[in-house]
Amino acid sequence: MTAASKPVAAARSRWSDFAFEALVRVAGFSSVLFVVLIFLFLLREGVPAFFEVPLQNLFGTRWYPTFDQFGTMPLILGSLLVTFTAIVISLPLGVATAVFVREVAPGWAREILKPLIEVLAGIPSVVLGFFGMTVLAPTIRQGLGMPTGLTAFTGAVLLAYMALPTIISVAEDALDAVPKSYRDASLAMGATHWQTIWRVVVPAARSGILTAVMLGLGRAIGETMAVMMVTGNAARMPTTLDSVFRPARTMTATIAAEMGEVAQGSTHYHVLFGIGILLFLITFLINLAAASAILQKRRRGGLR
Amino acid sequence: MAAIAGPKPVSADTKRRYLVQRVGFALLTVAALVVVLPILYVIGSIVVQGIAAINWEFLFGMPRDGMKAGGIWPAIVGTIVLTISTAVISIPIGVGGAIYLSEYARDTKLTRSIRLALVNLAGIPSVVYGLFGLGMFVIFLGFGTSIVAGALTLAIMTLPVMISAAEEALRAVPMEFRTVSASLGGTRWQGVSRIVLPQALPGIITGVILGLLRVMGETAPILFTVAAFYLPRLPTSPLDQTMALPYHLYVISTQVPGMPPKMQYGTALVLLVFVLSLNLLATLIRSYFRRRRQW
Repeated sequence: MTAASKPVAAARSRWSDFAFEALVRVAGFSSVLFVVLIFLFLLREGVPAFFEVPLQNLFGTRWYPTFDQFGTMPLILGSLLVTFTAIVISLPLGVATAVFVREVAPGWAREILKPLIEVLAGIPSVVLGFFGMTVLAPTIRQGLGMPTGLTAFTGAVLLAYMALPTIISVAEDALDAVPKSYRDASLAMGATHWQTIWRVVVPAARSGILTAVMLGLGRAIGETMAVMMVTGNAARMPTTLDSVFRPARTMTATIAAEMGEVAQGSTHYHVLFGIGILLFLITFLINLAAASAILQKRRRGGLR
Repeated sequence: MAAIAGPKPVSADTKRRYLVQRVGFALLTVAALVVVLPILYVIGSIVVQGIAAINWEFLFGMPRDGMKAGGIWPAIVGTIVLTISTAVISIPIGVGGAIYLSEYARDTKLTRSIRLALVNLAGIPSVVYGLFGLGMFVIFLGFGTSIVAGALTLAIMTLPVMISAAEEALRAVPMEFRTVSASLGGTRWQGVSRIVLPQALPGIITGVILGLLRVMGETAPILFTVAAFYLPRLPTSPLDQTMALPYHLYVISTQVPGMPPKMQYGTALVLLVFVLSLNLLATLIRSYFRRRRQW
């Protein structure tokens, strides 16, 4: 290399270095921009609802948009009902499966289970919804002797399976992070493998399992298509004990079902965006809580 | 205490404890089966009942008779077009963002805001992405219900998946690779582009595929941004509406009375084949390169 060309090359690479760093920095910070944009556009279209509809109506118990009744309570409670029922089903199932995969299953069983659970995570929600309509709902109707199989419970079963991959994989990580010395100490004291699992390993992993539940919760409350197809979409207040086995309607399904038919800029349109704001805030808080738990762990050298 | 003890007699308590363990493990096995068997059943029944619908006309024909006959070609094309458009938009941003996070960003408050944003993006319900796409791309930017609007919405939705997978792949490349590159006089960008990126490529590709796989099956974000209920022709411009497989499946299973179940299962099968073959591809790439990797 001649003396003259060297500074030129160095200058050029310094310049391209600068350019590329700037580019990837923009790409990196674009995700912050997108979150802000999403929130701003939801506000832009949704905030007018709070001026157009009196709060008493907005948080009332009757959702009949064609009669200007925009009570969102049945939708919020419907979402909570379906989501919590789903978690009640998927938490024990998910933790038990994670324990099985991590602690008990022989190698070959693990090799089969893990890809299958990944496949479940990949099945589109509309396919599960279709299956729920054609197979699960009729089964539930017959099993319970109900007039319809399209109930909150049907939605919750589908949601439970959709949340399972998240719950299982995060719970597995948490179990994995429990130091081997804990197990060794417990086994050395004469505890059985079973006792070690439930009295030492799982309690030590409980914060990670809690994180798993929260992420599953976030996934479940935002799920749209499957829920819309199988819950029957009746906006009724779930006040009686058997509400789980009656039709229900969630916030997400309401947006998906009605947005296509409303006039842009109408009150109904603004209220649907208002429900979107609510969903955005709920999932934001849930995920924030889960993420801060994970980050804290990582900083303390746990979970890894 | 005796110096040499014989085998310790097994107490009743120990026997009981091992019995509990055996029952417990059996229960765990049952739980795992309860998780897995329905997955096999769903896939199996869709394959068995859907395969009857698959023929040349179904795959490559236009829908007829209000979708009750004919094929699903426009929906297949629509899904492919949407997925590719989304890839074109999201890959540069996603991989660039991952490079920034893994190679350039220091652990500052500002960087943490990116991580917070990613966590948030990952959690936003898909239907809320649909609302955003409607508000920003369809109405505010005036793209109308179009492939551009849908692809932009889907691209933003898939970013967190892509970025976190690509970042993980980049971070897995050992630090020595970077130091050696620097010690030979390479600039940081040269190190990244010629050493780190090629090494991380299989991981990045896997992440990209996993992100796009989600895009392919999504319905809620395209409901108000691109999807056409019934449009028996192929899209010709980025500003066209298009049919798409997931939305088509939703439509024919809830909105069309008297729809032959065979066609519903057939559509579900085609969608499932798309998604699962991408899934398989990602798994194969990952395991192939993991075995070949020398570090």
